[in-house]
Amino acid sequence: MTSDSLTRAFALLLKRDLLLAMRHRAEMINPLLFFVLVTSLFPLGIGAEPALLRAVGPGVIWVAALLAALLSLEGIFRSDFEDGTLEQFLLSSHPVSVLVLAKVLAHWLITGLPLLLVSPLLGVLLGLPGDAIVILLVTLALGTPVLSLIGAIGVALTVGLRKGGMILSLLVLPLYIPLLIFAASAVDTAAAGFPVSAHLSLISALLVLALSLSPFATAAALRVSLS
Amino acid sequence: MFNNFFHRMASPKHFYGLAGKLIPWLAVPCLLLTLAGLYYGLVKAPPDYQQGDSYRIMFIHVPAAWMSMFIYVVMAGAGAIGLIWRIKLAEVVAISSAPIGASFTFLALVTGSIWGKPMWGTWWVWDARLTSELILLFLYLGVIALHSAIDDKRTAARAVAILALVGVINIPIIHYSVEWWNTLHQGPTVTKFDKPSIHMSMLIPLLLMAVAFKLYYAFVVLMRARCEVLERECNSGWVQELAVKE
Repeated sequence: MTSDSLTRAFALLLKRDLLLAMRHRAEMINPLLFFVLVTSLFPLGIGAEPALLRAVGPGVIWVAALLAALLSLEGIFRSDFEDGTLEQFLLSSHPVSVLVLAKVLAHWLITGLPLLLVSPLLGVLLGLPGDAIVILLVTLALGTPVLSLIGAIGVALTVGLRKGGMILSLLVLPLYIPLLIFAASAVDTAAAGFPVSAHLSLISALLVLALSLSPFATAAALRVSLS
Repeated sequence: MFNNFFHRMASPKHFYGLAGKLIPWLAVPCLLLTLAGLYYGLVKAPPDYQQGDSYRIMFIHVPAAWMSMFIYVVMAGAGAIGLIWRIKLAEVVAISSAPIGASFTFLALVTGSIWGKPMWGTWWVWDARLTSELILLFLYLGVIALHSAIDDKRTAARAVAILALVGVINIPIIHYSVEWWNTLHQGPTVTKFDKPSIHMSMLIPLLLMAVAFKLYYAFVVLMRARCEVLERECNSGWVQELAVKE
């Protein structure tokens, strides 16, 4: 098996998943709507005082992003599991971890990227200053792939279960905590006018770690779920 | 011969017998050490010059917190052994450890909270250690929930092993992120009183209790593992022989 055919398999799989997503646009938009809706609930719940909103804004946006990601995670493997495509992946001669990476990348392009694009709007709604919105974008750009990568492990473990959704959140949310802490405090720090390169380095480190390890864990988990 | 030894050890039947013989040898020292530790801790050790008598809950709290981390690592290690060498017994040990670890974590949280009320004036503080202990409890509960959701025992054990390994990589990250988060938000105010280097009269009961808790874990995990082995092997000849005999 040459590396050329592996690249081709990766590209084909990515293209297939993107195409499938384009045919079901509603599924793509729902997490995005959820993200906007949850964020706009907070001013209604805690009061619309600008100083208060500015203080909780980064955390609120990031928590909403976590929940939106959680909501869309099942889509990574669920339909492929139900129609048997996943078994074919495991039977193929390509390393499963690379195929997993293609699917996770597709998932991020479908759900993570739109989140990124709409987040400045939410930043403005919550009254974040301009610098903080830029940093919010950077943290989301670095962080949302981590959400997809770690989430994929959880989905792979629970995909064979009938009611995997609740368990999925129990498995995945604790693992999201470090990212939430670093990302929200980066935006906080930026809003206060301090440098944030340390936070961004840590988030990048989390991304590199997740990128290099989670495909293997996901592949192993898929093998267990389909055994 | 070496190989043979391991195969014999890892056979469920042999394990069942051996564990049955080991349990009293672990349980009795555990009881004695607990009594000794409690006596020295609650009666003999002098009251603290700042905290009075309420520090004594530490003799339960600190060993429980140590055990909560220790058991998670044991669980992940046993899970890895089960995944790599396909040793069923390691899977059994891993999954039998989870509820015990969760209980110790819960115990550490509750005793910490009881101690915090008179000391800090509140049941709960978002202190770094408390928070990471709470997250550890969530990780344990995730393991238990995943195990109980999968019907097939072997599949469940392998899924749990993967989850425990992912968790054990994340525990240090979570721990340090929480620590930095706390120092980023608020300076160490309530939690960082000057640590007096611990006096021998307090250290000895603490160590006695720590060893007692280790022994407790050892014999309870053997009891749970024996039960789990019986359930898994209920169709095999030796279990049915056993059932007829009793």
